[in-house]
Amino acid sequence: MPGNVWVMAEQWRGELSEITYELLALGRELADGLGVQLEAVLLGHDARGLAATLGAADGILYADDPAFTEPTAAARSQTLASLAEERRPHCLLLGLTNLTADLAGILPAQLGAPFVNYCRDVRVADGKLEARCILYGGKMDAAVEAAAEPVLLGVLPGVRPADQGLKSGAPQVEDVTASVPDAPRVRFTKYLEPEAGDVDITQQEVLVAVGRGIANEDNVELAEEIATALGGAVCGSRPVIDQGWLPLSRQVGKSGATVKPKFYLAAGISGAPEHTEGMKGSDVIIAINTDPDAPIFGVAHYGMVADCLEILPALVETVAAKKG
Amino acid sequence: MNILAVLKMVPDVVEELEVGDDGKSLDLDFLRLIVNERDEHALEQALLLKDKHGGSVTAVAIDAPEIDDVLFTALAKGADRAVKITDVEEGLSTRAAASLLAQVLPKVPNLLPADLVLAGCQATDDLDGQTAAVLAHGLELPYLGIVSQVDADGSTACVLSEFPGGVRGEFEVDMPAVLGIQASEKPPRYVPVAKVRAAMKSQTIEEVSAGTEPEASLAAVTGMTKPEAGGKAEMLDGSPEELAAKVGEILSERGLL
Ligand SMILES: Cc1cc2nc3c(=O)[nH]c(=O)nc-3n(C[C@H](O)[C@H](O)[C@H](O)COP(=O)(O)OP(=O)(O)OC[C@H]3O[C@@H](n4cnc5c(N)ncnc54)[C@H](O)[C@@H]3O)c2cc1C
Ligand SMILES: Nc1ncnc2c1ncn2[C@@H]1O[C@H](COP(=O)(O)O)[C@@H](O)[C@H]1O
Repeated sequence: MPGNVWVMAEQWRGELSEITYELLALGRELADGLGVQLEAVLLGHDARGLAATLGAADGILYADDPAFTEPTAAARSQTLASLAEERRPHCLLLGLTNLTADLAGILPAQLGAPFVNYCRDVRVADGKLEARCILYGGKMDAAVEAAAEPVLLGVLPGVRPADQGLKSGAPQVEDVTASVPDAPRVRFTKYLEPEAGDVDITQQEVLVAVGRGIANEDNVELAEEIATALGGAVCGSRPVIDQGWLPLSRQVGKSGATVKPKFYLAAGISGAPEHTEGMKGSDVIIAINTDPDAPIFGVAHYGMVADCLEILPALVETVAAKKG
Repeated sequence: MNILAVLKMVPDVVEELEVGDDGKSLDLDFLRLIVNERDEHALEQALLLKDKHGGSVTAVAIDAPEIDDVLFTALAKGADRAVKITDVEEGLSTRAAASLLAQVLPKVPNLLPADLVLAGCQATDDLDGQTAAVLAHGLELPYLGIVSQVDADGSTACVLSEFPGGVRGEFEVDMPAVLGIQASEKPPRYVPVAKVRAAMKSQTIEEVSAGTEPEASLAAVTGMTKPEAGGKAEMLDGSPEELAAKVGEILSERGLL
């Protein structure tokens, strides 16, 4: 009899984050497929009330400690490791977000358990888990099996629709012991809110996004011209922000904004999962990339294998002509 | 302040990748390796800290094709030492490589304890673990990842780590510590080839034999496939003008132009 399926209930500033429900939807399928229970692990402080929307699970393991109000991994990792050693779950689903990344890094080593990263899907086949993972920035798809239990699965955002895993009707909450370090060596001091940019890219109908393929800062102006003519804004992928070609307030993706405009033009963006999680909900996505294998073509509605430094100037003309 | 920057080679994902004959790994003939981008940022952050506070930077890597060029480049950029771990089988998983480093680094003369060990917080081939976090566990040091700013003085580091939506968290980290770097405070510095050549003539890479077996990976790839290119997209062709016109039509259809 395999152990249960566990889901780490991730929180962000006092609320459960969306990925928690996505993981519950996936976890429900896995638990049913394996014929075991689905349990959500909730670590918080005076946070029992959060259990109310975790109804997709059969039970909740709740540990309470002030340490869990800090966005640090050590207390969570230590608590999960001792719980997992005691109860031997079959697997634990962890969301691949900036909030859980450190935990996903430390816990497998601490437990000596296998970790399967970048899961875009997980299925039960012949009573075993098979993970489908995205490797090399989206350029390869790998089927992965783990050699021991518990298996820790790092699951990409969007694995299932969140509303599938969002159910009220609080399941039974079992109090479990928190085990936290006496003297934490990583201490949270404060949050730094993002500086408000000149425009809020989450509120735009039209976004022209540039990636490393735009080659230099001057070329960003081409995108700026098109965006301005269309009444939209320019945004970018991480490397463009790291180079200082656009401010941080224009970053789309895991560490930046999640956007859902009516129109998203991706110029010279490869389509790494950290970028696409922030834009794949856009109404129409058009991708320009010189690489026919670029993963961005897997999320775009229209694609062209072309040099964005040729297309963008032509588009400046087209837009100007159409506007007359 | 003494800092270690850990560098690893990864496939350049801008190049064409093919599946090898075994159906579960990359075809090595097609592979072009580059330094993991996040590791370049880790090295840069180490050099920035040295520029500010003095001390030393040591670049560390497990032997791999092209690694000498990478280590000489690190020396040319300002690293004081370069250490290459040799006699390691090729193609180790991230987790196996990181735990091997955790075993070997303490045996390298005059290397540890360092005040900070910096490595990239992620790589595109991290199937079974994260280098920096596994290394921290193996070295029994505190860990913080997704770091985009570091300052340190005395025995604690003040570190910024990224959360969703552009929010950052400020942390105090006891040193020695391992940090997983997401981005250095300034873009990685450029170094002319001539300086790299000069480093090759005047400096040396210290070679240290691993002398230990890596642990077996607990996660096995059973099959690898290339996702269908453009799985979903309708592909458009034509001259730049024609393509721009098609984009214009799509915008017009939606009342956006
Ligand atoms: C914890 C974490 C958080 C992250 N958060 C984010 C995030 O919020 N947002 C984000 O974007 N990334 C994020 N990343 C980084 C992400 O993993 C990728 O590295 C990044 O998205 C790649 O950006 P890119 O596509 O612009 O560059 P690359 O991957 O280098 O791609 C450039 C593309 O341009 C194409 N190209 C080159 N020249 C041309 C040309 N002339 N015309 C057309 N195409 C051309 C190439 O074929 C290539 O596909 C994060 C990473 C980590 C580890
Ligand atoms: N699963 C998790 N992994 C890592 N950090 C978390 C997790 N859940 C919550 N947090 C952090 O803990 C903090 C708790 O915040 P709060 O409940 O507002 O005091 C959140 O801001 C998150 O940053």
